[in-house]
This record gives sequence, C-alpha cells and structure tokens, in this order.
Amino acid sequence: MAEDKGNGLQSALRRRLLMGLAGAPAIALMPRMSFAAAPPTSAVNTTGLAVTDTEVTVGILHSATGTMAISETGSIQAEKLAISQINEAGGVLGRKIKIIQEDGASDWPTFAEKAKKLLVNDHCAAVMGCWTSASRKAALPVFEQYNGLLYYPTFYEGLEQSKNVFYTGQEATQQILESLNWVTKEKNAKTFFFIGSDYIWPRTSNKIARKHIENVLKTKVVGEEYFPLGHTQFNSVINKLKLTKPDVIFTDVVGGSNVAFYKQLKAAGIDLAKQTLLTISVTEDEVDGIGGDNIAGAYSCMKYFQSLKNPNNEKFVAAFHKMWGEKTVIGDVTQAAYLGPFLWKMACEKAGSFDVDKVVAASPGLEFKEAPEGYVKIHPNHHLWSKTRVARALPSGQFEVVYESPDLIEPNPFPKGYQ
Amino acid sequence: MTRSKTPVVNDNPFMKPMEWVSLALLVGVIFVLLPMLLDAFRLNLVGKYLTYSFVALGLVICWGFGGILSLGQGVFFGLGGYLMAMYLKLEASSVENTKIQSTPGIPDFMDWNQITALPWFWKPFESLPFTLLAVLVVPALFAFVIGTAMFRRRVGGTYFAIITQAIAAILTILIVGQQGYTGGINGITDLRTLHGWDIRTDSAHNILYFVNAGLLVACILFAQMVKKSKLGRILLAMRDKEDRVRFSGYQVASFKTFAFCLAAVFAAIGGAMFTLQVGFMSPSFVGIVPSIEMVIYAAVGGRLSLFGAVWGTLLVNWAKTSFSESFPELWLFGLGGLFILVVLAFPNGLAGIYRTHVEPRLTRRVKALEPAPAVALPHAAE
Repeated sequence: MAEDKGNGLQSALRRRLLMGLAGAPAIALMPRMSFAAAPPTSAVNTTGLAVTDTEVTVGILHSATGTMAISETGSIQAEKLAISQINEAGGVLGRKIKIIQEDGASDWPTFAEKAKKLLVNDHCAAVMGCWTSASRKAALPVFEQYNGLLYYPTFYEGLEQSKNVFYTGQEATQQILESLNWVTKEKNAKTFFFIGSDYIWPRTSNKIARKHIENVLKTKVVGEEYFPLGHTQFNSVINKLKLTKPDVIFTDVVGGSNVAFYKQLKAAGIDLAKQTLLTISVTEDEVDGIGGDNIAGAYSCMKYFQSLKNPNNEKFVAAFHKMWGEKTVIGDVTQAAYLGPFLWKMACEKAGSFDVDKVVAASPGLEFKEAPEGYVKIHPNHHLWSKTRVARALPSGQFEVVYESPDLIEPNPFPKGYQ
Repeated sequence: MTRSKTPVVNDNPFMKPMEWVSLALLVGVIFVLLPMLLDAFRLNLVGKYLTYSFVALGLVICWGFGGILSLGQGVFFGLGGYLMAMYLKLEASSVENTKIQSTPGIPDFMDWNQITALPWFWKPFESLPFTLLAVLVVPALFAFVIGTAMFRRRVGGTYFAIITQAIAAILTILIVGQQGYTGGINGITDLRTLHGWDIRTDSAHNILYFVNAGLLVACILFAQMVKKSKLGRILLAMRDKEDRVRFSGYQVASFKTFAFCLAAVFAAIGGAMFTLQVGFMSPSFVGIVPSIEMVIYAAVGGRLSLFGAVWGTLLVNWAKTSFSESFPELWLFGLGGLFILVVLAFPNGLAGIYRTHVEPRLTRRVKALEPAPAVALPHAAE
C-alpha cells in the first residue's frame, strides 16, 4: 500500500503501460477479429498522441461558464452531437472518439492554460474549440508550440492563417462583400452607418466594409461608432441615426449589447420594416435573447440559418433537437462547430493517420457534401469555401433566407486592397 | 536556515521561531517538493499561481497591516505585466517574423489597426534594462500619485476602495479602447523570447519558476522587515487608531502612501513574472473582477499573515483548476462554496486556523520540550 501511494504520480503512466501489456497478448490471441479493420496503433500514431487500439482522444475547449457560455454552449452541443454520430458510424480509423471537455470560463488566459493541458497532459489528437478572437489569439501560440490541431468555428476577422488551425466559420470578406453587393443592388443603398463593439473583429470587418463601399461600390459611409463590450446605452447613436438617416445601418455589435441595442432602436421608433439594417453579428442564438419582435425585419448575413431547406440540414436539425431538446435554436457558429469533427475524421482517414502533420497535409481539397449548410471544401489556406446568405429576421425568432450567393465564395484571409 | 536562537531574551526578533518554521516549510514546498512531484505543465501552473501571490503579499501589507483596502491591485499587476509584454512583443516582432504584414517590424495588432509606425512610448521598450526599471518604477509612481491625491485629502476606507475599483475600470476601458496601441481586448499575445532566450520551452519555464519563487521569498523577507521595523508598527497603529497617530505628530498620509506603493511594486513584479511564464498579457487581469479575486486570495490565506497570503493564493487557484478540470460545467459552484465556507467558518483565513488551532498546541509542545527560559512569545498587535 505504502508503495502504491509513493508511486501515485506515475499511476497514469503505469496504468497505460499495464493496459498496453494486458492488451498485447489478448490481441495476439484473437487476430483478424474485431480490430481487423482498424490499422495498428503504431502505424496511425507516430507522435505520441492519445490513441489506443480502440479509442482516440479529442478535446473540447469552450466556455461552459461566464459571459460567453450563452454563445458557446451551442458549439459544445454541436461538437458532441457530431462526435456521437461519428462514433455510432464506427469512429475514426476504427477507433471511437473519447471526449475530454475543458472550460475556458470566458477568460482568455484560461483558454491558453486549458489548451496546454489538453495537448501536453492529455495528448489530444485534435481540439474543437475557442470562440472569441481573443480566446483564439491566446490559445494559438500553444497550438503552434506543441503542434496541436484546432478546429475553430466562429466567423472572424481574418488576417490569420496558422498551420495548426482550421477555420470552419467564415472570414470577414466572405461574409461581408457579398451582402454589401446585395444590399446596394436590392435596396439601392447609397449611404451606410457603421455601429460596432470595440474590439478587433468589428473594427477589421468595418474596415473591409468601408474599403468595399468606398472603392468598389462608390457609395458613402456617413458614420462609424464603437462601444465597449457589454455597453447598453445606445441612445446617443440612435439620435445620430435619426439625424443622418443612412440608407443602411450596418452593425457588428456583439453579445449582451445586442439586446439593449435592438430594444432601444425599437423604442426610439425606428421601424426595421422601413429602415434597412444589415447585421453580421446576429444569429438565431442572439435573437433568442433580443426577442423576435424587437428585431423582426432586420437582415442578417451568415453562411447558415436554421431554416435552410435542404435534406442535410433537416436531418441535422432533427438530430440536434433529439439530443438537446426541441427548444434549442441553431445559429451559424453552432453549425460551423458541427463541421469540425467531420472534417477532422475525413482528413484522418485520407491521411491514414492521426499524426497532426499528416492530417494537416491531407486536409486541403477535402469536400464535405453532408454539411447542413450544403457542400463545403477546405481551401489550402485552412479556411472553408462556403456560400453566403442574407436572411430577414421573423418575429418567431427564425430567419427567412432572401438571398444566397450563387457559388461557393473563396476564403481570402489576407485580402489585398482591403487592409 | 533556522539559526537557533540565543538564550538572550529579545522581545523583537526578526522572526519568531514559528515564523522561521513557516518560512522553511514554504521554501521546502515551493523549491523542493513541488518541483519534484509535478510535471513541467503543472509546475508552470504553480508558477502562474505564485505570481498572484505577489499581489496577495502586497495586500497583506497595505490591507492587513495598513488597513487600506485596495480593490484595484489588478491595475499594478497589469501594469507590470504590460510593460514586460511590450518588451517581449517588440522582440517577437522582428521584420523577419512579421513580413506578412503591410508594415513589417511593428507588433501584429498595430498592423491590424492601420498603424504604420511604432508609437513613441513603445520605443524605449526595445531596451531590457529600461523595461526592468520601468516594471518597478512606473507602478510605484502611479501608486504614489494616487496615494498622495487620496491620502492627503484623508480619503480612506470604503471610499478609497471604491476609487481604486474605478481606476481599475478606467484602465481596462483605456486598454480596450486604444487597441491599436495596446492590443485591445485580445491583449498582447504570442510572446516568444526574452533577450534571445526562448521562454516557451520547458527548461525556460523551469528556470523562470525558480526565479519567480526566489523573488517571492525575497519579497516576503522584505515585507517581514517592514513589518518588524518602526514603520511597520506605525502602520499597525494607524490601522487601529489613525487619529492618535496623527496627533502624535506623524504624517499619516506618507506612511499610507508608502504601504500602497510597496503593494503596487510587489504586484507589478508578479505581473511581469506572469507575462514571462504565461507568454501573454490581457486586460482581463486589470479589471475589477481579477482585482477582487486577488483580495479573495489574501482573505482566504488570512490578511494578517505574509505566509498565509501565499498559501491562500495557491489553495484558491489549485481549487479553481482542479474543480474546473473535473466538473467543467459545475466548478464555479464548488469554488463559491469554498469562499462561503472560509468566510463563515474561518474569518481570518488559513493563517487564522493555524493561529487558533495549530500554534497553541505547537507552542505547548515546544515549551514542554525546553522548559528552561519560558520566553513569552510576543503576540504583538495581532
């Protein structure tokens, strides 16, 4: 007993060794049986990842607590759904996925700490995670240093491309340019007013939007205002809107501020049925908090809406509701998070290995035809080719798609002429 | 270590025997036990926790001894951390590393914000000696200005706590709002080398851990020196009866300012060490919530005890990490429960438990062992 205690630290290692030892003769005794289909572990894992003959470990790293939990919960749910579906279908390279979930707690340094734990202690073969740009920026050096693999679901500002990250959401140009073209053509818009939260994503997005408006569409930006995250007083900017009367209000206000902004907009008598408002930051998840009545009539620009009509999406929505309840809504990021495990599985199978370098090398050009948003393809720059859609918010909290880009849009995280 | 005390009755030794034992215990645990038991990742985590204990230590001096509750220590932790991060970021932003940017050679977040030249106040941070000096001097100066402004006007107690909290909020908003110069909400990330030495490797983490631990012990000894000096006694006297000290002819404001500045410098050292070990700095360490959390570390440890501050910090952070790893969705409740338990059952924190339950027994045993000169251990003003 005393010895046991003394060795407590090595118990994990010892258990692994014991398991390996115990497993070895068993496998020798029953060859060509259940594991016959699965390639041997030594072949698919040459870099010491947590892969056994029956299991492969994957990390989930999102905020389950704190201010971001409301947004990130959907991503956690989608990733768990995808992983359970993959496991039901036989797993990856004959191995079931085991999940280790960590809580980033809406705190960026915690993301870095937990990312390191998932890579260094748990040897996760891949991690599905991060949400805000800040959390990604905090965790990114960890993934690069330890050669981990991150699938990042959120639409984001671009200006980044890491060997160790796959971006399953849209980068800014994919989301913005097409919608600005649409609003210019459909609504004959000549003047724009930007309202955003004050951090890197809205600022970069608005910079791209401004360049496109001024240089390509040859129209005008009549105002640009930023508010701290969590800000709830929008009366001053609403007054400015009344004075300048822009054709389009273009918003990228995030999180809880959205609720205040749309309520105050409505209270100030700005009717979104008459005033065109285009947002790149409101999904079904946010509408849940804002209230369908308060935002009905606004246009949102995303690559996915829950109401998309296609067989893949109907299957996905049904499975999501079965697992997490009928009342849960599915936003753009939730769907993007759902893609991560599948893209990783396909890359592993194409590479015939879990080794990060091989998985990364096998990824470009992979096509995923069962995606709820429709067909997507991985670009060599680690982002996805995807369509962009514009949809109008309905009082029910759902969106009605009014426009869909005809083709997949190429991701361009470093857009020339927009920087 | 424990230079056995001379039989001469000294009613004010530098440290009481029990304090030497506490120090030896702390040194043993952080220098020998933890490095032996923990792997590189966990040791780096402990290193991170220890950087918070610098702040807790500062709070013991300024809150426990001086009676000045500051809810804005994150400001100084953040200042120290940011100043260090500025140096590291400049080193990581060589023209070669940043050639993908439109303006190579400046930090990446400046490039994202259309800044095309390094701002003047970033320039001096290309020098390491300047940076190290700034880590100590800038927070001290800032604390001096705040302290002088407040204490000369006799702003104290709750008002002071609220003002420090407001300063924490202001600084956060400033950092977040000026993202072209500060990195905004993302903070300053992706720091790589210190004067050419890669701080991301395990061996670097190990070395930094010991440097950090050494600095911490040095700070504890310095704090102990202050506590034992005449200055320390005036601080205690001020906490208990400010008017009497003032009427005795002491400049109360100066002493308070000193305690506040010292706490600020400690916090800044912690912040700089944090940046070095964790590899980035963000406004989430500057604001109100982290500042209050740091007060909790001191409260859990016992705000009157220098060693308690370190233990409290380690305990709270260890609990935070292990609860959140075991119960990613419920851990906050566990942590909340821990705080309520401490406040209800042990209002003086870990040190309080030690003092009321452990120490009397130990003293009795020590007395029983050497019955000769029953030196009454002075419990001066505690």
